[in-house]
Amino acid sequence: MCLAIPARVVELLPAEQAVVDLDGVRKTISMLLVEDAAVGDFVLVHVGYALSRIDPDEAEQTLALMREAMALEDAR
Amino acid sequence: MKYVDEFRDGALARGIAARIRATVDPDRDYRIMEFCGGHTHAISRYGLEDLLPGNLRLVHGPGCPVCVLPIGRLDQAIALARRPEVILCCYGDMMRVPASGRDSLIRAKAAGADVRMVYSSTDALAVAQAAPEREVVFFAIGFETTTPATAAALSQARALGLKNFSVLCNHVLTPSAMRAILDASGPDAVRVDAFIGPGHVSAVIGTAPYEPFAETYGKPIAIAGFEPLDVLQAVLMLVEQFRDGRCVVENQYARAVGRDGNRKAQALVAETLVLRESFEWRGLGSIPFSALRVADAYAGFDAERRFGLDYTPVPDHPACECGTILRGAKRPNECRIFATGCTPENPVGACMVSPEGACAAHYLYGRFRDLAAE
Repeated sequence: MCLAIPARVVELLPAEQAVVDLDGVRKTISMLLVEDAAVGDFVLVHVGYALSRIDPDEAEQTLALMREAMALEDAR
Repeated sequence: MKYVDEFRDGALARGIAARIRATVDPDRDYRIMEFCGGHTHAISRYGLEDLLPGNLRLVHGPGCPVCVLPIGRLDQAIALARRPEVILCCYGDMMRVPASGRDSLIRAKAAGADVRMVYSSTDALAVAQAAPEREVVFFAIGFETTTPATAAALSQARALGLKNFSVLCNHVLTPSAMRAILDASGPDAVRVDAFIGPGHVSAVIGTAPYEPFAETYGKPIAIAGFEPLDVLQAVLMLVEQFRDGRCVVENQYARAVGRDGNRKAQALVAETLVLRESFEWRGLGSIPFSALRVADAYAGFDAERRFGLDYTPVPDHPACECGTILRGAKRPNECRIFATGCTPENPVGACMVSPEGACAAHYLYGRFRDLAAE
């Protein structure tokens, strides 16, 4: 139920709507709940609403931490 | 897909799992509750339990809104759907959930009730605009993730001056359920050492509401995303907290969640919905201040007031263990009708219907592990 999917904003529409692209599937969603999302940003989409903007730097940091954990393990 | 594929990397998963195994104390056991049904599904789907050490058990929590909604609430929706003037709009998850007398919304629809499955609350608004002569009721369920969409629909319905739209509000609150689990005593008590916190609920409410659980209850929490690497990394964060003697809220899902959450969504919810004094949950019983109803300023859009609905509690099927499974006290395969009398095709309990229900997840993926274990 709380499933939310990262999708790329491809076009901002009037009335706080936007077209998002998810691996080629395009859908018009509401941007009412997020601020400052721009074309090219990734947003988490849940029941037709963007819930939050995905922070690319934080995503990279999370992956870096994961790689670090693995490297630590490989070094053992 | 970006932000999906990289978080499903098998080699990294094995690396993190090895780190978890190297971090756990072999002389103790760990019981970590994944609150959210989305996590339950990911854990089963990706076989994450196979990667974890034997002394670390993941306990499935009650974070499946379809599962925790008691029969009496579903009966209300079905009764409304049967009224000739009503069009009942609901999310697809609700259609096959068993109600009283093994009735369901899909059976009511087959018998002629106008039940429409919608993807979004905005679709329900469009139905109301297209059918001004009918009463359109949106059957709203879900945790904090889904609540802002309902709040937005209420606000929009008022702005549009809709006279034929109302909401049957059954939104429930995560922290209240966590507290109920930790406060349970006697036979209902379930040991939980730490929580994997729900990532998408937290995108809305932030990480701050969990801080009392670390501070007062002494339970470490890691808010996690929903890809397999996210869940594994959250488990690693938790076992590291135990190793280091720390007890805090950590945010594994920083790419989507901040400490304050989504303020805009919170404001919209605060304007349109208010706390209920008490709400009955399947499995957890009546919990004070654990759910929301439509605010008085929006009373005209409240289906409960509009149709004069009363709530009558209805017990679950006597053989169904959904209640104990939702509390984390039993596993799906400990229910005697699991995969025999109760299957996804012919469910007896709600946990077998929703793909994030513990029973459905175990039926789809996990029961093959049981066979291998035998």
